[in-house]
Amino acid sequence: MAIFSSLSEKIQHAFAGLKKKGTLGEDDVMKALKEVQIALLEADVNYKVVKSMMQDIKEKAIGKRVMESLSPAQQVIKIVNEELTSMMGKEQASIVLSPNPPTIIMLCGLQGAGKSTTCAKLANHFKKEHKKVMMAACDVYRPAAIKQLQVLGEALDIPVFFLGDSVSPVDIAKGAIEKAKKSAVDILLVDTAGRMHIDEQMMDELVQMKQEIKPHEILLVVDAMTGQDALHVAEHFNQGLDIDGLLLSKMDGDARGGAAISAKAVTGKPIKFLGTGEKIGDLEAFHPERMASRILGMGDVLTLIERAQEHFDEKKAKELEEKIRKSSFTLQDFLEQMENMKNMGSMEDMMNMIPGMAKQMKQQPIDEKRLGRNRAIIQSMTKIERENPPLIDASRRRRIARGSGTTVQQVNALLKQFGETQKMMKRIGQMGKGGKIPRIPGLFS
Amino acid sequence: MIIDYLIKGLAKTRTGLVDRIEMLVSGYKKLDDSFFEELEEILIQADLGVQTSMDLVETLRIKTKESKIEVAHEAIAMLKKQIQQMLGDDNPSMNLQKDALTVILVVGVNGAGKTTSIAKMAYQLKEQGNKVILAAGDTFRAAATEQLEKWSQDIGVSLIKQKEGADPAAVAYDALQSAIAKKADVLIVDTAGRLHTKINLMEEIKKIKRVLERELPGAPHETLLVLDASTGQNAIEQAKLFNKATGITGIVLTKLDGSAKGGIVIPIADRLDIPVKWIGVGENKEDLKPFNPKDYTDTLFS
Repeated sequence: MAIFSSLSEKIQHAFAGLKKKGTLGEDDVMKALKEVQIALLEADVNYKVVKSMMQDIKEKAIGKRVMESLSPAQQVIKIVNEELTSMMGKEQASIVLSPNPPTIIMLCGLQGAGKSTTCAKLANHFKKEHKKVMMAACDVYRPAAIKQLQVLGEALDIPVFFLGDSVSPVDIAKGAIEKAKKSAVDILLVDTAGRMHIDEQMMDELVQMKQEIKPHEILLVVDAMTGQDALHVAEHFNQGLDIDGLLLSKMDGDARGGAAISAKAVTGKPIKFLGTGEKIGDLEAFHPERMASRILGMGDVLTLIERAQEHFDEKKAKELEEKIRKSSFTLQDFLEQMENMKNMGSMEDMMNMIPGMAKQMKQQPIDEKRLGRNRAIIQSMTKIERENPPLIDASRRRRIARGSGTTVQQVNALLKQFGETQKMMKRIGQMGKGGKIPRIPGLFS
Repeated sequence: MIIDYLIKGLAKTRTGLVDRIEMLVSGYKKLDDSFFEELEEILIQADLGVQTSMDLVETLRIKTKESKIEVAHEAIAMLKKQIQQMLGDDNPSMNLQKDALTVILVVGVNGAGKTTSIAKMAYQLKEQGNKVILAAGDTFRAAATEQLEKWSQDIGVSLIKQKEGADPAAVAYDALQSAIAKKADVLIVDTAGRLHTKINLMEEIKKIKRVLERELPGAPHETLLVLDASTGQNAIEQAKLFNKATGITGIVLTKLDGSAKGGIVIPIADRLDIPVKWIGVGENKEDLKPFNPKDYTDTLFS
């Protein structure tokens, strides 16, 4: 099955017969929207949501003037992207802390959505903001769920309130609040057991808990890989609990995350955080426009830009850019660039954010081990060799291989890879001038 | 009957697919465009994916025309058959060794339900008279070992474990040696949940498999991928990449007691030739059932 990693290509194709036209005609729009519809469904946006979206987009697009700088295809994508972004909430929503601490935050969701992990991540997030945090272990059903939260709490040095698994979750939560008040805790995070949204008895338990502990914030944790059912899950939890926000977990995979739109559309509640990895610090604020690009399969250029800005030295980046333009990119730069990449997060993460790269990754996965080897190879070269790779003849290659503990074949492979990178850099340098590719400040511009 | 469990599970939200099919049967006399469109929508909503749903309905259009079928329920029966063929006609059974140790490796993404499924499987195999040993190979997630330990005590099977953070391949090695020494019938190896896109973690799982293969030729006899029924189109990538890394022999489709249909297993079975072997329909140790393509398809359409 063709997973449309490039929606823009598809739409471009749909517009193939179309030359410069002043406005978008109904036929053109319908053709393009057919592709958009498929892309959204492939991204797991719920069918009903897609259907109503198409109606809105159609109305907005037909008769719209195509802007000077855009092709008709780009114009349609722009409209779709704007619609998606606005559907997911125009701005970032955060958690408002109560003036009378503790602020009680209750987490709920299906089994395996990632509540306990998320609970610890949130606790860590608030602790970093110098808040006094406590977690309450109210999952008395899953074996060792309490223990899991305890272990996480210990690692973070955050207290965990628990009463074992033979006390009712509501009583545990009540006990936790009392304890939190006594210990002047700012934020109390209440972890609950995973449950099916159609399990009335278990849902009643949450409703009862809500009545008893009156949380300031109820967050529904939704797995980013969820399919069509995300709509029903969010609908049921929201009907029962009137939740305050959504948190998408497991965003570090390659799921397009259409569940985000379904859940947002059916509840009207904002997405507040994203879980983006296995590490405790892997919690990010939600950015609607980035999510829209991801769902459309257009990469997450904005996040990449932000990370690039965090980790790249502006001046060095400028120098690099100069080199790219002049095509004087050397192995020394290659090495520095690899080091920078390492600081920015794993290569996989990075590649997933670049449009089109996610697809290439499938064919040629980035191997962190190979990166380490390449580093050793470059480090075994002399300064002159790094600046002038053509100089590296067979005898130098043998020396480099010995010096880096690799083989001549591996040195050859690196030099070949560098040659290709150099070519690519040249192309990017030229494209950047024409403004056709997304500019990445601090990286290539 | 398995089908009863499924119906019980699905009955809770029968407003979905089932009622709509009933509406289709009663509401449409003729097989016109809107009939086929509605069918397509129903399939997409069951997570079969756009492409599979469109292909199925297109084939149905042609076939009903060819066989001059004009009534809705006959067309739906035909569609069911098509889906069953994609799932494979037979009841896929487990590759259990006679009078020798069977090793089962269990893999999947985070939160799919690996540990719970292992417990249920162990319970069932034990009830059938097998001596079962579990290996606590999830040394990453906090308290994962404790979770499996509690289950093992409840079921009454032994568990081989090491410290949190230990090399899972070492746990697998230990457990295998122990299973051989104790003349166990079945060893089930749990692994930490991992996203299929994490290359280092996929390498780790390859290593676990290599260790098992090396120590006992032919092992693992089953490598099962645990898949949450609510997963969307990403499940195809999961199946592909786990299959590439470890050679998946079957799928355990969990959480079918919710409102999700798990329709993604249909394209997976069809394209990757990976059969569904078990379904999880609840939280108790009895709630794991052998997969039956016909029953499953019936519950989608009955």
